[in-house]
Amino acid sequence: MKKFLMATVAAGAFVASAGLALADCGIAKGSVRILSNDFEALHIVAAGAEKCASGTVTVTKNQTTEHKNIQIPALTANPATYTVAVVANNSIVPLLNGGLIRPLDDLVAKFGQQLNETQLVKIDGKVMAIAFMANTQHMYYRKDLLEQAGIAPPKTYEEVLEAAKVLRDKGILKNPLALNMKPGWDLAQEFVNMYMGYGGDLFKAGTAEASINNENGVKTLEMLKALTGYMSPDYVTYNTNAIKPIWEAGEIAIINGWGSRAGAYIAADSPVPEIAKATAFASAPMVGGGSTPATTLWWDGFTIAKNISDEDAEASFRAMMNGTAPQTAVDHGSAAVWLISGYKPTPAAVGVFETIANKAKPFPMLAHMGLLHTALGDNISEFLQGKESAEQALADATAAYTTAAKENGFLK
Amino acid sequence: MPHRTFLAFILPSLAAMFIFIALPILSVAYQSLFVSHPRVTVEVETCGPFGCSVETRVDTEAMAELQRESPMGQFNGLGTYTNSGHLAFDDLAMIWASSPDWTTAAKSILNLPFYKALAFTLAFTFIVTPLVIVFGFFIALAVNAIPPLIKGPVIFLSLLPMIVTPLIGALVLFWMIDARGVIGATLQLVFNDPQLSLKASPALTWVVLFVYGVWHSAPFSFIVFYAGLQTVPKDTLESAMIDGASRWQRVRYVVLPHLMPLVTFVALMQLMDNFRVFEPIVGFSAAANATSLSYLIYSDLRAGDAPLFGSAAATSMLTIIGVVILLTPVLIRNWRNFNRKT
Repeated sequence: MKKFLMATVAAGAFVASAGLALADCGIAKGSVRILSNDFEALHIVAAGAEKCASGTVTVTKNQTTEHKNIQIPALTANPATYTVAVVANNSIVPLLNGGLIRPLDDLVAKFGQQLNETQLVKIDGKVMAIAFMANTQHMYYRKDLLEQAGIAPPKTYEEVLEAAKVLRDKGILKNPLALNMKPGWDLAQEFVNMYMGYGGDLFKAGTAEASINNENGVKTLEMLKALTGYMSPDYVTYNTNAIKPIWEAGEIAIINGWGSRAGAYIAADSPVPEIAKATAFASAPMVGGGSTPATTLWWDGFTIAKNISDEDAEASFRAMMNGTAPQTAVDHGSAAVWLISGYKPTPAAVGVFETIANKAKPFPMLAHMGLLHTALGDNISEFLQGKESAEQALADATAAYTTAAKENGFLK
Repeated sequence: MPHRTFLAFILPSLAAMFIFIALPILSVAYQSLFVSHPRVTVEVETCGPFGCSVETRVDTEAMAELQRESPMGQFNGLGTYTNSGHLAFDDLAMIWASSPDWTTAAKSILNLPFYKALAFTLAFTFIVTPLVIVFGFFIALAVNAIPPLIKGPVIFLSLLPMIVTPLIGALVLFWMIDARGVIGATLQLVFNDPQLSLKASPALTWVVLFVYGVWHSAPFSFIVFYAGLQTVPKDTLESAMIDGASRWQRVRYVVLPHLMPLVTFVALMQLMDNFRVFEPIVGFSAAANATSLSYLIYSDLRAGDAPLFGSAAATSMLTIIGVVILLTPVLIRNWRNFNRKT
């Protein structure tokens, strides 16, 4: 409800402030149909695109967390159900695999003067997506509690463990940590984060063969298990949405949260202002003496469907240009880490910026990555619960991946 | 009835059954014999906000060509059924050869995804079904005995668990058993164990799912038995009373035999329903500790970037075979009874 209010207020402020520019995106005619994930920054972008609606231009949107599951059938249809698919570096892969999105070079040349070079996502030299925000999982911490315990913000996961121990031993918090450990996508993502931190490669070079059942994989699992020792026993159900109320209840002190959510944690209208005030962000920690943070970098951007008329494609591109105009980054600086020119980092962006500065690796944009992700999410929780060895869990995940990859034609 | 008339009567139903039941099953069976084409990949330079790298991409045009030639994909025969995601014959053989004793073998077998799911599915079916019948029967007896004035409201309240959408019911209970929820916190207090979590422990998760299953389905068997109780012949009951039968004896020797066909009916429905257990696993986020055959199908269809249609189809066929095996004894029994009567 609160989110909805915030989005409404944001949209309202937008309409009021930009009253002059209303409906003047220079689009003659066309239909813009946006499909995207459902979080604040994307609401802002879509609201910006919607302002291009006029007597001859229609703009509709469907913002849903299920976007990944409907984008393929929706863009396979001819004409496509949506003209714009807002994606991240994992969800663009199936669209590329299916050949469902069009190169944007012409449109960028004609209407993309506002774009930074870094916003262009080029595959084989062709612009296939326009990125407009960066995202990553990084550390959120309670500076008041860490000060109370007399510890500095941790820089590595080994220090996170020590800090958690101090917080528990001093009786400040019983279970000071939380990571997104819900089996499935979240848990797999924490594995990938940590594995990247140890510097491991997920696949044998140049092949689709998984190579996770190795020393780095075991170390990754053992670190995750050590961290669960300082989490509430309900950690098996933690995802981004489940952790926020626990944070607001003041029961945890260090979490690995998404940059796109940071703004809401320190918002002026937070239901618990004293906790919001004490919330601070930092780079994702390193691990195991590695030199890159144990996390992955993400971008969010938009793509234009292939199966639509050129007229609609142009209208869609220009509407999205309006949605991601430099003014957006100025007016909504705290909503995201914008890649748009004119953006000035806000306190909510500290974590993402530090993580990027520490040279975290981007999440691999590989065609078969999704299958490994699923296999990991289904198979590693048994180790965390002490039901099987790390080697067995990794072997199970590898077997599940291999079966799926064979069936999907990535492996022979 | 002449055969012609009979045929004319039954033709619409037959046609509907063929279109809505037989055809989909056949298409799923056909689908299960295929897997995707081998992916033609190319290495291309990919640049984004965080720099450039060389990554493998699927060659869309080459794939479209393959897809045109054979749209179903690559014929795999029964390969999907026997791979390690399903019946896992090779893994079974390996476990058989390498395990020193039965318990290690059983443990390794139950670690294979299909058998793990089958174990929970069967446990759920065989624990929840009898409990649902027993609870439903006793609730029906109790409700039948209360004064007519409050009967209506009581029946309505007893039916509530069935009226609540399964997923919502599961979610409500899910938050109640949370370590910070009313049931979870109370249990921690009662057992004086702050680390007690109904969500984390596999055994307790199973128990919670069973309890939920009984809670959700008992109203169904209650209402069936309650309807049945209205048809128990009064004179037989009264003569039993004159013969000096106690209340329990009347239930045991008059009511129960009269309701036996209903017990068979409820058992059939519940066996089928419980074998397809799915919503509570999603609602309770219980996939870490309990998966069912239906859950495997669901997770195949939502696998990463490319749904595993062949794998989901194979699991669906195995589920159908499972239901048939489960129902056979009940159906045979019914058939014999039917023959005896006619």
